[in-house]
Amino acid sequence: MAKGIMIVAEQRDGALRKVSFELASTARKLADQTGDEVSAILLGSGIEGLAAELGKFGVDKVFVGDNAALEPYITEAHAQVTAKIIKDNDPAIVLFGASVQGKDLSARVAAKLAGGLATDCTDVKIDGGKFVAIRPMYAGKCFGEIIFNTAPAMASLRPNVFPAVENAKAGAVTKVDVAVDAQKSKVLEVQKDTSGKVDLTEANIIVSGGRGMKGPDEYKILEELADVLKGTVGASRAAVDAGWRPQKDQVGQTGKVVSPNLYIACGISGAIQHLAGMSSSKCIVAINKDAEAPIFAKADFGVVDDLFKVVPELTVACKKLLA
Amino acid sequence: MNIIACVKQVPDTEAQIKVKADGSGIDDSQIKWVMNPYDEFGVEEALKLKEKNGGDVTIISVGPARAMETIRTALAMGADKGIHISDPALDNADAFVTASALAAAIKGIPYDIIFCGQRAIDDDSGQVGAMLAELLGLPQLTIVTKLDFAGSSVKVIRPIEGAQLSIETSLPCVVTAQKGLNEPRYASLPGIMKAKKKPVDVKNAAALGVATDVKAKVAKFAPPPARAAGKIICGDDAAQKAQELARCLREEAKVI
Ligand SMILES: Cc1cc2nc3c(=O)[nH]c(=O)nc-3n(C[C@@H](O)[C@H](O)[C@H](O)COP(=O)(O)OP(=O)(O)OC[C@H]3O[C@@H](n4cnc5c(N)ncnc54)[C@H](O)[C@@H]3O)c2cc1C
Ligand SMILES: Cc1cc2nc3c(=O)[nH]c(=O)nc-3n(C[C@H](O)[C@H](O)[C@H](O)COP(=O)(O)OP(=O)(O)OC[C@H]3O[C@@H](n4cnc5c(N)ncnc54)[C@H](O)[C@@H]3O)c2cc1C
Repeated sequence: MAKGIMIVAEQRDGALRKVSFELASTARKLADQTGDEVSAILLGSGIEGLAAELGKFGVDKVFVGDNAALEPYITEAHAQVTAKIIKDNDPAIVLFGASVQGKDLSARVAAKLAGGLATDCTDVKIDGGKFVAIRPMYAGKCFGEIIFNTAPAMASLRPNVFPAVENAKAGAVTKVDVAVDAQKSKVLEVQKDTSGKVDLTEANIIVSGGRGMKGPDEYKILEELADVLKGTVGASRAAVDAGWRPQKDQVGQTGKVVSPNLYIACGISGAIQHLAGMSSSKCIVAINKDAEAPIFAKADFGVVDDLFKVVPELTVACKKLLA
Repeated sequence: MNIIACVKQVPDTEAQIKVKADGSGIDDSQIKWVMNPYDEFGVEEALKLKEKNGGDVTIISVGPARAMETIRTALAMGADKGIHISDPALDNADAFVTASALAAAIKGIPYDIIFCGQRAIDDDSGQVGAMLAELLGLPQLTIVTKLDFAGSSVKVIRPIEGAQLSIETSLPCVVTAQKGLNEPRYASLPGIMKAKKKPVDVKNAAALGVATDVKAKVAKFAPPPARAAGKIICGDDAAQKAQELARCLREEAKVI
């Protein structure tokens, strides 16, 4: 019988991604309820040393697939090895990160296993001995409780939503033999973002600007605030379509879905498509001169005023508080 | 070249989504249906490839009778023919069943490249493209913002967290479209007239030999949890409001 909880850890350039620790902690929490073991799949080249870090966050056992063909990430190679490890070990639950890579991989693995997968979950629980995944649907306008008819039950967890909590376990390494087929895809180039900013999907604090910013140069005041708060700057689609900000900065239904601790919306009206991308943020601030703007209905704190006056003052005030 | 674009009919992004009182589903009586926005990028890219390299574009959709409108929209944009997989047995299909139905229909026709959207904006699961690739044994390129066709291969750009990947893959393959890939065209009036006469093949699950038992199921739908009413920060001027906001963020919300 399928037993235990398995996570599919994600690493890049020899470092584990934050979501891996969120997965480990979530799996640990569930396993402590069911009395199960937490295992992890860790794939790449020269990455065995990372197993101990997973152990710190509650993983009992790490299946390490070390092979040059697994670095950099190629979907088909990782899917082949991941599905094989899952099949060989028969876990009841498998958790992936709902990162770009995790989503790409999990769907392919689910198809290989002809199994059920719930994407981008914001909560998971054991209910009556069964795994239940809760996920936003229709852009967060409703939530679905997903149950599974086949084992393993598979879910990908939205980054930044689940806490990562240290809870030391063995993290014992089991090396797995990884035979990988010849690949049809090849990574030609990795162009890294050199801004030094965390990606929006992983940021703890986001300062976002919309059409109310009036132009590209005005984003400087948001960047100054973000620098003080160690945050990342985001944008509404109106700002992206106007060419003020790059596509990768767009938050919303046709942009990124983000869950920071703090989301500061400046000159953003709060269109339903924008809310779709940020309503799972823990604390929402709206700065808008129109008291009727729909963003205020979602905001924990609202300031009705000219953002060009408020934002620089907020930067000064935060600098003082954080000094 | 033979190009396929998979399209899903979804509620308009402005649609109010009401959960049925018993939580069994969504009340879809008031919904305006449109083509999934990401599928518009897929159809547009398919049409661009055809215009440059010749060939034809086939549109496939799994969905009830109304999904035919979305197929016609894609035909009006310039696609050549359609396949409509319509069967009440597929009404509750999950991503795997949907992908299986698409794969079964696609197996019978020639193809060089298959486009999907990176995700459908109703169920938001973003699984079908990758599952389809696996079921057809093809490489997948998901969340693509740029595509260059080079005869027997394609080169694409995929944004990931904090980086951009440039990837090359041999054809045939599955590509899932992300915003930024192109600007989808609107259907012209002559296009709409012509679309009415373009062939659309209607198939059911049995004819395709698709098993319709779902692997995952939405047991219950619920409205989003209510958010506690927010606080409007008062003050004589912007500076006072900013100071009070900073204090609230630090002391009350504890987020800075
Ligand atoms: C009344 C109702 C009940 C449902 N019940 C369940 C349920 O019990 N369990 C469950 O898991 N799901 C259920 N669903 C959702 C299910 O039918 C989804 O359509 C399916 O899971 C595909 O996932 P997705 O729409 O998120 O597609 P994604 O994977 O997000 O779509 C990505 C891309 O795949 C292509 N694609 C997706 N769907 C289609 C399609 N139908 N035709 C052509 N191309 C397509 C498109 O190019 C799309 O852009 C239900 C839906 C409805 C309307
Ligand atoms: C299919 C589809 C998908 C979409 N996807 C997305 C998406 O992913 N993300 C997204 O954001 N949008 C999306 N949209 C667009 C969305 O509908 C809105 O048009 C967009 O979000 C508006 O952006 P905005 O709030 O910046 O601009 P506006 O709605 O124009 O709001 C600007 C706000 O700035 C305020 N303002 C102006 N000047 C000042 C000032 N000096 N000080 C303070 N406040 C000021 C105004 O009061 C106003 O509220 C989508 C739309 C469609 C149809």
